[in-house]
Amino acid sequence: MYVAVKGGEAAIENAHRLLADRRRGDRGLPAITEAQITEQLSLAVDRVMAEASLYDPGLAALAIRQARGDMIEAIFILRAYRTTLPRFGTSLPLDSRAMRIERRISATYKDLPGGQLLGPTFDYTHRLLDPTLLGDPDIPDPAHRDGGLGDLARVSDILDGESLIETEADNGAEPGDITRTPQEFPLSRAERLQSLARGDEGFLLALAYSTQRGYGRSHPFVGEIRIGLATVEIEIPELGFSVAIGDVRVTECQMVNQFKGSTERPPQFTRGYGLVFGQSERKAMAMSLCDRALRAAEYGEEITAPAQDEEFVISHCDNVEATGFVEHLKLPHYVDFQAELGLVRRLRAAWQERGDLPEAESVEPIGEAAQ
Amino acid sequence: MNAVTYNFAYLDEQTKRMIRRAILKAIAIPGYQVPFAAREMPMPYGWGTGGVQVTAAVIGPKDVLKVIDQGTDDTTNAVSIRAFFRKVAGVATTTHTAEATVIQTRHRIPEHPLKEGQILVYQVPIPEPLRFLEPRETETRVMHGLEDYGLMHVKLYEDIAHHGRIATAYAYPVKIAGRYVMDPSPIPKFDNPKMTMSPALQLFGAGREKRIYAVPPYTDVKSLDFEDHPFEVQTFSEPCALCGARNVYLDEVVLDDRGGRMFVCSDTDNCESRRDETGAQS
Amino acid sequence: MLHDNSFMQASLDGGFGQPVFEAQESFRRLLDAMARPGSIHQVTADVMAPGLAGPAQAALALTLCDADTPVWCAAASPAHSAWLAFHTGAPLTAAPEQAAFAFIGVGDAVPDDLSLGTQDYPDRSATLVIEVQSFGEGERFRLIGPGIDGAGDLAVDGLPKSFVAFRAANSALFPRGVDVVLTAGRDIVALPRSTTFVHWEG
Repeated sequence: MYVAVKGGEAAIENAHRLLADRRRGDRGLPAITEAQITEQLSLAVDRVMAEASLYDPGLAALAIRQARGDMIEAIFILRAYRTTLPRFGTSLPLDSRAMRIERRISATYKDLPGGQLLGPTFDYTHRLLDPTLLGDPDIPDPAHRDGGLGDLARVSDILDGESLIETEADNGAEPGDITRTPQEFPLSRAERLQSLARGDEGFLLALAYSTQRGYGRSHPFVGEIRIGLATVEIEIPELGFSVAIGDVRVTECQMVNQFKGSTERPPQFTRGYGLVFGQSERKAMAMSLCDRALRAAEYGEEITAPAQDEEFVISHCDNVEATGFVEHLKLPHYVDFQAELGLVRRLRAAWQERGDLPEAESVEPIGEAAQ
Repeated sequence: MNAVTYNFAYLDEQTKRMIRRAILKAIAIPGYQVPFAAREMPMPYGWGTGGVQVTAAVIGPKDVLKVIDQGTDDTTNAVSIRAFFRKVAGVATTTHTAEATVIQTRHRIPEHPLKEGQILVYQVPIPEPLRFLEPRETETRVMHGLEDYGLMHVKLYEDIAHHGRIATAYAYPVKIAGRYVMDPSPIPKFDNPKMTMSPALQLFGAGREKRIYAVPPYTDVKSLDFEDHPFEVQTFSEPCALCGARNVYLDEVVLDDRGGRMFVCSDTDNCESRRDETGAQS
Repeated sequence: MLHDNSFMQASLDGGFGQPVFEAQESFRRLLDAMARPGSIHQVTADVMAPGLAGPAQAALALTLCDADTPVWCAAASPAHSAWLAFHTGAPLTAAPEQAAFAFIGVGDAVPDDLSLGTQDYPDRSATLVIEVQSFGEGERFRLIGPGIDGAGDLAVDGLPKSFVAFRAANSALFPRGVDVVLTAGRDIVALPRSTTFVHWEG
């Protein structure tokens, strides 16, 4: 006698128990701590914070640990937590000019006020596996420059001074909030940048790359990349002035793109912008290339490539949405499959009547009838 | 880190208000997809976040909840969603269709007729019936606005020309109250006739796509067809092997690798109730 | 500015005692009403607001309004504005065309210029809440449309004078249009835009 499958609840419970076991791994080894993750896997923490849109290294580290190092899972966990948080206020715009710089490079000028500062970069490391890291070797303290860098002018400000680059001024409009308002295409640039800032690094990287290979070419130069700590301030209406509530590490990329001019606009450089939580240069650069590509319509450029297609890019850049929907295919679909099975059997029978399908179905368990 | 506490039914009150407003507009414009600012939920997109948000905005302590997936209360995702609401809302749950006040479903409509006062909440993956004919929302929105469904009719007609029939077996498009073409979610077309003039309220939630839509009770739901090719539903040549029911939707169960198979009810509650009744009589 | 105690008290009183559950309960009554146009439902919460006609109107404001929904009110007053701000965070607007919700009392005229939504976004329209004298007596109407099994009847006393003409014009705009909720004390009756609402002498 056939008995329908039961016991989903117990199966789920046992699966989660096994997951917890595998997550912990060999009990003979010390458990990894959130502090170790925050300190020693900090770029993973940064990515989780960036794509979860929540700046909290401790919670991001916990999410990474809970997710067994699966970054998209960790991003999802932190994003779901973010949604439940009450909002106490709105910060003032970050002033990236005043950030405490840890890294600052420009590809458009050999030298510039404040100089080029490499900071903690993988650039120019030779990618040789380093067996000395296997132990816990003594690491010398970093070298420090005497005195701070102060307020560093941005490369875009320098170009702006000559009117060579499009001017971007605060138009005073209240920016939309993609987490509170359903999207309506076309988006404002503010909404688009919000989507890109939390968009999947790999997806944006691939799109950015495609623009370099001719799918929506934008003649980009890295005007400047800067990484550092920026102060977050909120305005307290009761006090009448703003209060600093802490620092966040951010990566900002200003891409400078040649523009030959149109009937409405003079020839000038245009901008692609990227701003990401944490140290995440690849993401900030990819974001700025995508931002510029998505401004094609603004500049009267023909939209021919995927990276220029706002509805395509923005609808598919969120990895929490994407992973959920791709992975939902593993849920049972047997009711629909049954419907398809019946349909394919009938189509095959019809096809066979018309011609030459070798073997006939002896039974046709599913038919169709009018109501 | 503060201890994590959640509101009744998980969602904060502001989110519930936003969803409630969207539901009311959805009922006022039957079949029209109302955009809403769907939240991330603690389960993945595509796994019922839209249905869960609608249920969470509607449900109260007096409700009795039933959750089904593929027609059954015991599939893992149905178990998981039911457990979620037990945990965050403390509501009573049931597997009996007749006892439930709110039924959340994926891919089926229960066989037991629904009644006035019941709310059926569908989980919807792709709410746009025109999506696979025109992927751009900017285009399909205008088509709905103009009631321009030519593209859909062309597609269905091409099916007939090529295959002699409309080659859509589930998520079969319907027209609501003579105006909006709507995706009934991926239910087999067998279930489409249950939607029309139903005494229950039918709500549809698509979390990832951020849309809510509705079919009020006693509303005309017409499966699209042509005069010379009327809408047809699946029929099964044999009854359920467990309860003997006819005119219900059956699952094909593979018994071995030599073509052995049997057909049993997809709606397990209905099947069990029928078997209990037969057992009691004999 | 002088503190007027009665003013302060009026703006603090009258809210839900148990906001989470009373909002849910009130919403379900309204949901039932909207799903079954013409059927009469009661809100149970003991709520009252300055500038709003009765408990049903106050409950609807508490259930549906917040900072995202500008409210227009025929009897707008500083006390009403303060009550709304304190209990819901909703801004009071002087312009009906900006309102997501509009509240009018018995005998008030239906405001012109309420938002009708657009052909592409017909959901972006106002909901108009009208207090009437009572249901079950007065003018008789016949209702047809989604949510109604066959045809429904409704007797209403105290509708605004221009209401039938307003409804006829509203119906012609479908899918755009204003949705209406009639209130009488605790009673609510919904007339979504999809409902055909005509005089009936049958």
